[in-house]
Amino acid sequence: MDSVHLPALQVVVPLLTAPIVAVLRDARLSWLAAVVTSVMTFVVSVYIVQHVLAGAVLSYQMGGWAAPYGIELRVDSLNALMLLVVSGASTLALLAGRQSLTLQIGEERLPLFMAAWLLALAGLVGILVSGDAFNIFVFMEISSLASYILISGGPDRRALPSVFKYLIAGTLGATFYLIGVGMVYMMTGTLNIADMEARLAGVGDTNVVFVAAGFITIGLALKAAIYPMHAWMPNAYTFAPNIVTAFIAACSTKVALYVLLRMDFFVFQKNLVDHESQFTYLLMPLALLGIVFGSVAAVFERNIKRILAFSSVAQIGYILLGASLISVSGFTAAVLHLFNHALAKSALFLAVAAMGLYFARLRLQVLRGAGRKMPWTFAAFVVAGLSLIGVPGTAGFVSKWALISAALESNLVVPLLVLILGSSLLAIVYIGRIVEHLWFGDATDKAVQIGEAPSWMLAMVWLAVAANIWFGLDSSLPMALAQQSAIDLLRQLP
Amino acid sequence: MSQILNLSHYWVFVLLLMIGFYAVLTRTNLVKKLLGLAIFQSAVFLLFISMGKIDGGTAPIILNDDWSQTFSSPLPQVLILTAIVVGISTLALGLAIVVRIKEAYGRIDDIDASSSEN
Repeated sequence: MDSVHLPALQVVVPLLTAPIVAVLRDARLSWLAAVVTSVMTFVVSVYIVQHVLAGAVLSYQMGGWAAPYGIELRVDSLNALMLLVVSGASTLALLAGRQSLTLQIGEERLPLFMAAWLLALAGLVGILVSGDAFNIFVFMEISSLASYILISGGPDRRALPSVFKYLIAGTLGATFYLIGVGMVYMMTGTLNIADMEARLAGVGDTNVVFVAAGFITIGLALKAAIYPMHAWMPNAYTFAPNIVTAFIAACSTKVALYVLLRMDFFVFQKNLVDHESQFTYLLMPLALLGIVFGSVAAVFERNIKRILAFSSVAQIGYILLGASLISVSGFTAAVLHLFNHALAKSALFLAVAAMGLYFARLRLQVLRGAGRKMPWTFAAFVVAGLSLIGVPGTAGFVSKWALISAALESNLVVPLLVLILGSSLLAIVYIGRIVEHLWFGDATDKAVQIGEAPSWMLAMVWLAVAANIWFGLDSSLPMALAQQSAIDLLRQLP
Repeated sequence: MSQILNLSHYWVFVLLLMIGFYAVLTRTNLVKKLLGLAIFQSAVFLLFISMGKIDGGTAPIILNDDWSQTFSSPLPQVLILTAIVVGISTLALGLAIVVRIKEAYGRIDDIDASSSEN
């Protein structure tokens, strides 16, 4: 297969199918079309990963206009891995989600909803493949607008104020990013990220570039839900339709985090004197606070989706912590955790969606005893939970281990180790609380009547869990890509 | 003084940005919040447009192969055309959500999806 067009195909396939799906009238057909499109997107990203693993950096010139004048799509190890995460999470969630979507969205609304889903997917992969800072902004808005629609489709009326809050936070974040890009454009006259990096070297360390870096970092931190800018996130995850949560939680904040890492490490790190201090004095403290706050908040929540959402705040802290160590091992750990956390959260939220087929509200009190009635779903939840905690044999262990090894090389060994291990203990507590209620609690009246989840959905949940175990035992694929991306982005380090 | 006047478009940008940001943060009425957001975005459009303007520069149209004229940069304007479309879509979607909030809650003021009872 000709590899030249792969980066463009990655975006074009879901983007072009979305309007076709929107005019379909049959709910089942629209779901099928979305699944097929998502699978095709996934296949394209598998091809891309194959090429990138062979050492290629895929570059595609939109319309044949050479970069830096034309828009360049550029895929290296970091975005190749992220593409796999995004298209994989979308495919799994869609495959597993027909009953859940029909239940929560309704047959008539499903075609339009699936079109919004494909637009969100197209926007997210668009951010990843694009090598142009302004193009990233446009794709960011496409994916955000589509995600607002997806989240507001939730059956609970509280989804609406939550999504409004997300819209305000998301737009502020994207606009801050745009201000920063505008300032860099003023100084360099280019929007191509690689070109930007080269030309900034000529501009030197000016106040404008400094302020631009600040705007871009804060704007993207808001979109990535980095503590304390996470306020929009727990409600948006909780009240979204269950299947949407499985998709969004696995990838949307991580894609914003990807742009943050790409801009800060690739564009600014080399060109700003003492740029490390941004990580040492701002992002690392925020990451640590996020780890502590997210884990503690998760322990005290009563809704299973909110517990997992606050756990995401903590996990984003881990990723940011790894990156802000500014070492190759730290960055590798960050990228690995990005991948592994997406695997774990995707599996967890899919298991929750399976329970959501029987329970409209997902409070722990309501779910008491449900685990005994649907043992396979519950077992999948527990295994994915172990991966979230970081038990050996699961994917979560690989990245936690990498993170701890990176922390051992830093000059803050003791506090970092205490925090990482402490919050892993807290993760045992909050996953343990869920297990306690679902398995050991006295069954409620409702829980007595239910049975196991539909077998097809169960198979998909277990597929996600199998991925957690597979990449826990053989992490060579994410490890190779993560190491290569660390070397690419930190190439100026000795 | 002349320094400040020369940079007047930046001052307008900062002022509009802060007015919009203040409205977004402090208003409890959802429509007013959205209007603040629109002002906030317009400030950024102004920043982009003004950076492409050169004193005495005209529209970048080459007539009769005459390259001697001074042209303003068209690129920021094209970028902002896209950003304006994005801004309109965001505003439209935001207003649509406000309509649904009104239907669901009967008001559009001071709404919070409080988590306590969940």
